[in-house]
Amino acid sequence: MYPYLPHTRADIDAMLKAVGAESLDDLYADVAPQLRLAQPYNLPQSADEASVERYFDRLADENLPLRACFAGAGFYQHHCPAAVRSIASRSEFLTAYTPYQPEISQGTLQYIFEYQTIMCRLTGMEVSNASMYDGATATAEAIMMAVAAQRRRNLVLVAETLSPYVRRVADTYARYHGVELLTIPQADGATDRTALEQMLAERGKEVAAVLVPQPNFFGIVEDHTGLAELCHSYKALLIINCIASDLAVLRTPGEYGADIACGDAQSLGIPLNFGGPYLGFLCSTKALMRKMPGRIVGQTTDSEGRRCFVLTLQAREQHIRREKATSNICSNQGLMTLWVAAWTSLVGAEGLREINERSRAMALYLLEKLTASGKARLKFPSQPFLNEFALTTDYDVDDLISACMARGILPGVKIDSHTILIAATETVTREDADLLCDIANNL
Amino acid sequence: MNRKVYDKLIFELSHEGRRGARIPDNGIILRQAALPSELLREAPLSLPEVDEPTAVRHYNNMSTNNFGVDTGFYPLGSCTMKYNPKINEEMASHRCFARLHPFTPAAACQGALRLYWTLQKALCEIGGMAEFTLNPFAGAHGELTGLMTIRAYHASRGDFDRRRKVIVPDSAHGTNPASAAVCGLEVVEVKSRPDGTVDIDALAPLLDDSVAAMMLTNPNTLGIFESNIPQIAEMVHACGGLMYYDGANLNPMLGVARPGDMGFDVMHINLHKTFSTPHGGGGPGSGPVGVRAGMEQFLPNPRVVYNDSDHSFSVEYEPEALGSISATLGNFAVQARALSYILTMGSDGLMQVGPLATLNATYIKEALKDLYLLPIDGLTKHEFVFDGLADKSTGITTLNIAKRLLDMGYHAPTIYFPLLFHESLMIEPTETESRETLDAFIDAMRTIAREAAEDPETVRSAPHLTPVTHPDDTAAAINPIVTFS
Repeated sequence: MYPYLPHTRADIDAMLKAVGAESLDDLYADVAPQLRLAQPYNLPQSADEASVERYFDRLADENLPLRACFAGAGFYQHHCPAAVRSIASRSEFLTAYTPYQPEISQGTLQYIFEYQTIMCRLTGMEVSNASMYDGATATAEAIMMAVAAQRRRNLVLVAETLSPYVRRVADTYARYHGVELLTIPQADGATDRTALEQMLAERGKEVAAVLVPQPNFFGIVEDHTGLAELCHSYKALLIINCIASDLAVLRTPGEYGADIACGDAQSLGIPLNFGGPYLGFLCSTKALMRKMPGRIVGQTTDSEGRRCFVLTLQAREQHIRREKATSNICSNQGLMTLWVAAWTSLVGAEGLREINERSRAMALYLLEKLTASGKARLKFPSQPFLNEFALTTDYDVDDLISACMARGILPGVKIDSHTILIAATETVTREDADLLCDIANNL
Repeated sequence: MNRKVYDKLIFELSHEGRRGARIPDNGIILRQAALPSELLREAPLSLPEVDEPTAVRHYNNMSTNNFGVDTGFYPLGSCTMKYNPKINEEMASHRCFARLHPFTPAAACQGALRLYWTLQKALCEIGGMAEFTLNPFAGAHGELTGLMTIRAYHASRGDFDRRRKVIVPDSAHGTNPASAAVCGLEVVEVKSRPDGTVDIDALAPLLDDSVAAMMLTNPNTLGIFESNIPQIAEMVHACGGLMYYDGANLNPMLGVARPGDMGFDVMHINLHKTFSTPHGGGGPGSGPVGVRAGMEQFLPNPRVVYNDSDHSFSVEYEPEALGSISATLGNFAVQARALSYILTMGSDGLMQVGPLATLNATYIKEALKDLYLLPIDGLTKHEFVFDGLADKSTGITTLNIAKRLLDMGYHAPTIYFPLLFHESLMIEPTETESRETLDAFIDAMRTIAREAAEDPETVRSAPHLTPVTHPDDTAAAINPIVTFS
C-alpha cells in the first residue's frame, strides 16, 4: 500500500486496456532490455510514517544538543514568530509552481511584490528581483550582471574583507564565466581605500564594478562614504554585499550611491536549517533593471480594471532568451520571500531596531567579559562593529569550541587557531553568554 | 480556490503603533553609545505595522487566490507537479535541524551529515552514478554545476580552453543553453528528427575535439525515449566529450532505467520534481549533481565524507574540485524532505513510480488524440505534447485552451513549449493522480474542444471564473511598477 499512489490493480488493468497495452512493460517497449534495470533498487523497503519519524528522531539524536548559537559569519539565528511558519505552511502557497498563470497565482505574485518592496526599503534601492538562491550566488550573479551591463569591461575589484564563503563562490562563477576578479587589500580589517584608488588609477578602464561588503566578514561596519563617487568617476559600478537585517540601522547601499545591492536575507528570520533554504537578494537602480537576472513581479490591471500582479520583463529570462538570457536561474527561493514578507511585517521596523539593539548590546557585553581576563582581545580594536566581532585569543580556539559544545553552546566560527568570530543575537540568554565567557576565561 | 479576488497588500493594512511580534529579551541593556552617525541609515525604515491576527488573515486570504497541487490537478508538463507528502514537511522542520548553524563543527552535527550522506548514496543508486553532491540549489543550478564539473574534468586533461562547445537539442529546456552560456560555453543546437529524437546524421558533423559535452534529457521534452542513446553516447565519447543528463524528466525512468547505465557521465536531479518536495511558488528546490566513477574529485566543495576508520562523517574541501557553488551544503531542509520521501516509498514503491506516471500520461493522450493534434504518434512516457486542437478551423489557440482550463478548476499544461510546434500543449499528470481525476480532466478537455466548435467566443475570452482575468502584461512591461508606493 502506497498512500501517494492511488492505482488499484483494477484501475491499472482498465487503463492498460484503454490504451491498448497488455502490461506496464509494454509502455517501455522502446527501452532496450540492456538499458533496463536488472533488479530493484538496492534501497530499504517502503516504511510507514511512524518508522520514518523514528529514523529522523535517531538522526536528530546524533547531533549534539546545542541550545545557544554564537556563530554567525553571514548566518544568524534571530527570533521567528510562530505565525510565520504557519503562514508559510499554507499549502496553496507551498504546493504551487512559478506563477506563470497569473489568473490563479495572485497569492504568490502578491507576496513577491510585497517582498520586492520590503527589500527596496531595506536596501534603499529602486528595484528588487523575486530572489536568488543564497547570498553567495546572488553576489556571483551581481558580478556577472555588472559585467554584462558594462560592455568591454571584464574586471571586478573585490574587497578582501568579503566573506571567504561568498568569495569562493564568486571565484568559481568568475573562473567559468570568464570574468577577472582582483582583490582589494584590507588595512586594519577594512577595505583599503588608498589601494583601491591606485588599482582604479591603473586599470580603471577595464573595471566593470567594485564589490565591497557591509558589514564585512569580521563584523566591521565599513565607511563607504565617497566610494560610489570614486567608482563612478571611472564609470565602474558599485556593488555592496550586505547582511539584510543590519540594514534596518546601517546606512543603506542606496544612501551610499551603490548601483547593485546583494546578499543573503536569511537574517530576516529564516531558520538556520544547516545551510538552507536561505534567500539571496539582488536589488539595483532602475537604470539596471533590464540587466537583472531572475524573475520580477510587476503591478498591472486586468480587463475589468482591477489591480493585479504578473511576472514582468520576462524577455530577460532563460525560458524566452535561452543562451542570451541574463542568467540561467529558473527556480529561485520563492517561498522564502513569503517568509521574509511575513517576518518583516510581523516584526516591523521597530522590532528590527530592537533586534539590532539587543544583538549589539549582547555583543558588547560578551566582548567586555571575554577581554576582561586579558586572555583575548579584539582583533581590530579601532573598527566599529554591530553585533559580531573577531577575537584574538591566547587559548586555542578548538579548545574553546569543544569545551563550549560539551555544555550546549556553539561559541562562534573559527577563523584560525587563535581567532574566532563571535556573533550575538537577541535569541541567546545572558546565562549562556556568561557560561561561554566563564569557559573561555578558564582555558 | 476562492474565485473572488483578495487584492490587499500588507502595506495597506498598516496602522501606526501596531506590532505583530515581541522580541525576546536577552537581559542585556545597551550601555555604550551607538555607532557613529555617518554609518547609520538616514531615511527611517518604513515597514508594515500590523498585529498578528491581521497578518495571519491577510496571508491566509491571499493564499485562497492561489492554485497549488493541494488545490487540484496540475498537469504542468516538464514540472512534475506530483503530490507533496505531509510527513516530509514534518521531518524537514525538526527543531533539532532548524537551529543548526551551517558552520557547526562536524562533531556536533553527525546526524545532519548522515542525512546528507544517506541521500547522496540513495541518489547514486537511483541514478546509476558513483557520487553525488547535494549542494546545488535548483535544477538550473545543478546544470551549471554539472557543466562546471565537466569543464574541471577537461581542465585536468589540459583541455579547459579548447573544449568549449556544448551540444543541445532544439527541443531542450531553455535552462540548458542558458546554463552553458553562464558556464562560458558556446551552445551548438542539434536538430531533431520529425519524431522529436536527436538526428544522428545532424549530430555527427558537430563532433570534434572542441566539444565539451552534449546535454540531453531522456525522455526528451516530447516525452519520447531516445532509443539511440547508447549510440549517441558512443559518438560523443569517441570525440572526447561527456554526456550530461538533464534530470528534469527523470520521473518516468524510476523503476525502469538509470542514466548511468545509458552512458551518461554527469547528471542532475530535481528533488522538487522527482522526489516530491514542494515547488513553493518557484522554489526553494534542490538540484543534486551526480558523476560516474573517476569524476568524483571534480564535484564542488564542500563535501560530506564518510570515514570508515571511526564511522564518522566530516566536511571536506577537495583540491581538484571545480570550486564552490554554494556557501553551505545546499538547501538542507529540501534534502530532508526528499530523504523522507525515499524512505516512505522504499525501493518497492519507487519501482512503481515511472510506470504509473507513464500509464497516466498515456491514458490522457489516448483519450484525447481524436480531438487534439498529436504530431508524433508513438510511445511516450510521463508527458506528451499536443499541437493544439485537431480542428484548426475554429481559430482557438493553445493559450485559449489553457485559460479555459482555469475556469474548469485545473491548472494549465505547459504551453508553447517545446518550440518544435506552433501550438504546443504539454501535459504531465504524474503518478499521484487517480483515474477519476484523469477522467474528469479528459472530460474538461473534450468539453473545450466542443466549445471551440460550437461557442468559440467563450473559449477565446476565457478565463471567466478566475479571481482576475486578462491581466495587461504589456502595460506591466512598458511602465514597470515593481514596488508599492
